[in-house]
Amino acid sequence: MFIPCDRGGGSAAPDFKGFTLLMPAVSVGNVGQLAIDLVISTLDMTKVGYFYTDCLVPMVGNNPYATAEENSKELSINAEVYSLPSKKLVVLQIRSPFIKNKYRPFCETLLSWVKSSKCARVVLLSSSHAYQRDDEQLLGTPLRYLLTPDLEKAVGGHMKELNWKEMEKVAAYPGINNTEKVLHIPGGGITKLLFTESCSEGIQMAVLLKFCSEGDNIPDAFVLVNYLNEWLQLIKSEVNPSSQWKIPSSWRLLFGNGLPPALF
Amino acid sequence: MATFFGEVVVAPSRAGLDEEEEAREETPEDREIRREIEKKRYRRRGRLRLELREREIEVLWTCGEQPLVCSRFIVAIGRNAAAFLSSFILDSVCWEVVGVVKLWNEWCRTSSTTNVLPTDSFCLFYRLISDPTVLLCQCSCYVAEDQQFQWLEKVFGSMQKKGLQVTILSTCPVADYKTQESTLTLVSPFLKALKTKEFQEQVCCPLLEQPNIVRDLPAA
Repeated sequence: MFIPCDRGGGSAAPDFKGFTLLMPAVSVGNVGQLAIDLVISTLDMTKVGYFYTDCLVPMVGNNPYATAEENSKELSINAEVYSLPSKKLVVLQIRSPFIKNKYRPFCETLLSWVKSSKCARVVLLSSSHAYQRDDEQLLGTPLRYLLTPDLEKAVGGHMKELNWKEMEKVAAYPGINNTEKVLHIPGGGITKLLFTESCSEGIQMAVLLKFCSEGDNIPDAFVLVNYLNEWLQLIKSEVNPSSQWKIPSSWRLLFGNGLPPALF
Repeated sequence: MATFFGEVVVAPSRAGLDEEEEAREETPEDREIRREIEKKRYRRRGRLRLELREREIEVLWTCGEQPLVCSRFIVAIGRNAAAFLSSFILDSVCWEVVGVVKLWNEWCRTSSTTNVLPTDSFCLFYRLISDPTVLLCQCSCYVAEDQQFQWLEKVFGSMQKKGLQVTILSTCPVADYKTQESTLTLVSPFLKALKTKEFQEQVCCPLLEQPNIVRDLPAA
């Protein structure tokens, strides 16, 4: 699945042992993916490879993080891996939707790669439909977290110190039987599947998600990436952490082209 | 999501299908329904087709030897690009048909015949008679998302890829092009290119700027 970039000189495949894998779920508002774009762009991460997979719709374009003419010509595809060894961070960016019936095969292949590359833990950035919140969720913070049992032991206490809110379970049969509770992440794409598989495979995974709706999700991405930063401290969070994140050049024209002058 | 009139509708989401649908296991009731549908198909059409087999594509080569030795492979995807090749490149004197792709999806069906009309949906392979390492593909049919990877593996799997140069011709609507000005004032049609770093030759037009992307079979 993972194909390392050929950096020349017969360089060996990158080593991710002990690294944190940060990745998005393709979810409502694409908030996870936008947040990942901010991380890669701000930390100026180097591309180290890509995923050769039939689970995502194919797409290709030029370098989305280009800052100048020289670095704008590198091709970029739908699932690429970036790394920052100084922070023991490896990031997977997913740029297109999943093909029907391919959620499970992708999750299985991904988790198997996580195990074989010996990543220490996985952090999944995601989102969920804001309109499906219950009365209690409508109040307070729109941010939630989830930890697999293996990661709960390691960092559960830290989450409590940060005063973070764990994602609530909902009744499996509301109105009929309120005792049986299940995890429900509407609009979260592969989030629930990946999380439940990680629980059963003993993988240390954290899910960070925000309740949001489709629209201009750039502010949601900033909120989510700042939430992540509270824990992982990827950048120095001074007075205004939002201004520290660098918007990539590919975010231009998200809402269409310029207007025709003849309109006026 | 509640609409203006108060009814609740499910909002379409960029997350794609809700994972609940994807992960849902087939209940005995679902299996029964599926069996009844299959029976109806059998009675109506006289043959039972499994959904999985329907989505598989077949690449049929008529030239015999495989893997094909190929130095240049030109692929025209979509009706416009296929028509370009028909009008300016292909003729029955210099080119011979060496293969065909047989596929079916909700949008089109191709057959294994090589005698096609320009209005048909087809995917044919041609070889230059004077230099049999030059291959050309005209793909005017739509290859569905879940078939694109298959197409790629089956077509390129039949080729010896060392020293292979691939050129992909495709078209996109001008309205999809993202630019600071309005597309109304753009002079169209215009050419843009994407190239891998291994492609060292001069490209005949400017490179595709961000944030524009290419998707589907040309991207695959």
